[in-house]
Amino acid sequence: MSSQDIPETSLPHEQATESSVATRVDKDPFADPGLPPHEHRIQDIDERAAKRSERTVALLFTVSMLSTVAFIASFVAFPIDKIVYIWPFGRVSALNFSLGLTLGLALFCIGAGAVHWARTLMSDVEVADERHAIEAEPEVKAKVMADFRQGAKESAIGRRKLIRNTMFGALALVPLSGVVLLRDLGPLPEDKLRHTKWAKGKLLVNQNTKEPLRPEDVAVGSLTFAMPEGMDEHDHGFLNEIAKAALMVVRMEPDDIKDKRELEWSHEGIVAYSKICTHVGCPVSLYEQQTHHVLCPCHQSTFDLTDGARVIFGPAGHPLPQLRIGVSEEGYLQALGDFEEPVGPSFWERG
Amino acid sequence: MKKLSARRRHPLAAVVVLLFALAATGGLYAVFAPADQAQADETAQSLAIDEGKKLYSVGCSSCHGANGQGGSDGPSLAGVGSAAVDFQVGTGRMPAATSQGAQVPKKKKIYSQAEIDQLAAYIASLGVGPTVPKPEQYSIKDADIGHGGELFRNNCAQCHNFTGEGGALTEGKYAPSLEGVDPKYIYEAMQTGPQNMPSFPDSTMPEEAKKDIIAYLDAVNGEDTPNPGGLKLGGLGPVSEGLFAWIFGLGALVATAVWVAARTAKAKKS
Repeated sequence: MSSQDIPETSLPHEQATESSVATRVDKDPFADPGLPPHEHRIQDIDERAAKRSERTVALLFTVSMLSTVAFIASFVAFPIDKIVYIWPFGRVSALNFSLGLTLGLALFCIGAGAVHWARTLMSDVEVADERHAIEAEPEVKAKVMADFRQGAKESAIGRRKLIRNTMFGALALVPLSGVVLLRDLGPLPEDKLRHTKWAKGKLLVNQNTKEPLRPEDVAVGSLTFAMPEGMDEHDHGFLNEIAKAALMVVRMEPDDIKDKRELEWSHEGIVAYSKICTHVGCPVSLYEQQTHHVLCPCHQSTFDLTDGARVIFGPAGHPLPQLRIGVSEEGYLQALGDFEEPVGPSFWERG
Repeated sequence: MKKLSARRRHPLAAVVVLLFALAATGGLYAVFAPADQAQADETAQSLAIDEGKKLYSVGCSSCHGANGQGGSDGPSLAGVGSAAVDFQVGTGRMPAATSQGAQVPKKKKIYSQAEIDQLAAYIASLGVGPTVPKPEQYSIKDADIGHGGELFRNNCAQCHNFTGEGGALTEGKYAPSLEGVDPKYIYEAMQTGPQNMPSFPDSTMPEEAKKDIIAYLDAVNGEDTPNPGGLKLGGLGPVSEGLFAWIFGLGALVATAVWVAARTAKAKKS
């Protein structure tokens, strides 16, 4: 906005001519202009308007009272599972909706009534409240120091050395109890992060059917999640174990696999990768079957399954660990060992 | 019953009985005479293939090749099966000639169901593939909604969100919302894996499991699904809800606070 756009009335010299401070502004541009003159509201000068405001406030408070009664009534009236259609909210619970609406209205009307009361009827005369220094007066300071010295003298902390030293000892030892409690953060994980339930000869069990997978079950372009045989979803600690062992099984044309080791560890184009993102451990299984990219929904790390699950985008620091698979004598897919590296996010001692 | 027996000597009683008998016989014949039906089916099938090939040559061959062998603009259609055709054409995704962007979106379909069936018959004749499911295959009667929920969270929720609201993928691609999608198309999508969606064939996700998933979706994202809280803001989770609360909720509070403390209305100077 250039200076030409400013309307003339708001230019400084125009305003200055209107008030008596004009001459002072000319001398001292930083002078305190003081408070503007107080103007009255319609309610201050017209008693009928004030009465109207009073009635409005009273009406708001009455609506609030009625809403509270309606709240209690709807709490009693509506069963908890009653569903009604209310435009535009859709099929909502009658109880939730009525409780929310009435309680909201009850609180809103109290607030609105109070605000309307304050803005139209309470005094609105401007008041200046001068600031003062934070520092205490010299006399107050002297008094506090004298009191402190008197207290120190009366407690005889300087003379009775036994009390002083044992007190310091007690204060110094108390925090130790807190330090000891930190032990419960352990025990240390040891090598739990380095091993999963996968081992040589464990069959790949389809998580949908709980049946072992055969290579011919896994079609090109399909996505299957597998867990090691011998695990049951009702086992104690199942979630801890599947959090490490979760596996996604996909099949590609063997010619599409660029990474030599990946091809070696696959079986007829079937590859098995850890489902746990190497960034912070989200389940990363947004598999796009045309690009063979796997996206992590948490931080958009993207892995290329044709190239050893190399990270092609995002914050992940390592490729997804691949599980070496083969076929058992009975024709089922089986692991040929555990993951070669720890699955999931990096950790301090990972190396 | 008494009324009925009182009228058994009515002059028209015999006619009514005769009509009932004829209808019952005709109905029974229709049910128990499958041999001719099958033959008729076969002729109808080859007719449908011929009709489908004509439709294909006009509407599809410019991208997918004269005989469905595929080309630079479209993949080969040998072995995709009738389920893929029914899904892609039935949801309006195909033909995709006018579609631009990372992914072919759902559109108004331009072929009638009869034409789609003919196209499907032709494509199915090019190679064995998943077939269009029968209504009883995706009927949610007797399905296990709880099991469907487990399967959905394990297999589908990573892209389609917990109740099938859909979500973003890489480079502008996305998993569409499953709200209001015909169960048949959900079944076919699992069967065939359209575009970047992986497929979930019967060998790894049996028919019963697909049924359970469809029943779960109907329960949590169907037309009559109750939404006790209302205003679900897309049902996308804490991000949209948090953004709404921070921007509109807090924004309204700030605006109100400013207004409460603002200069009050003054009487007009006369």
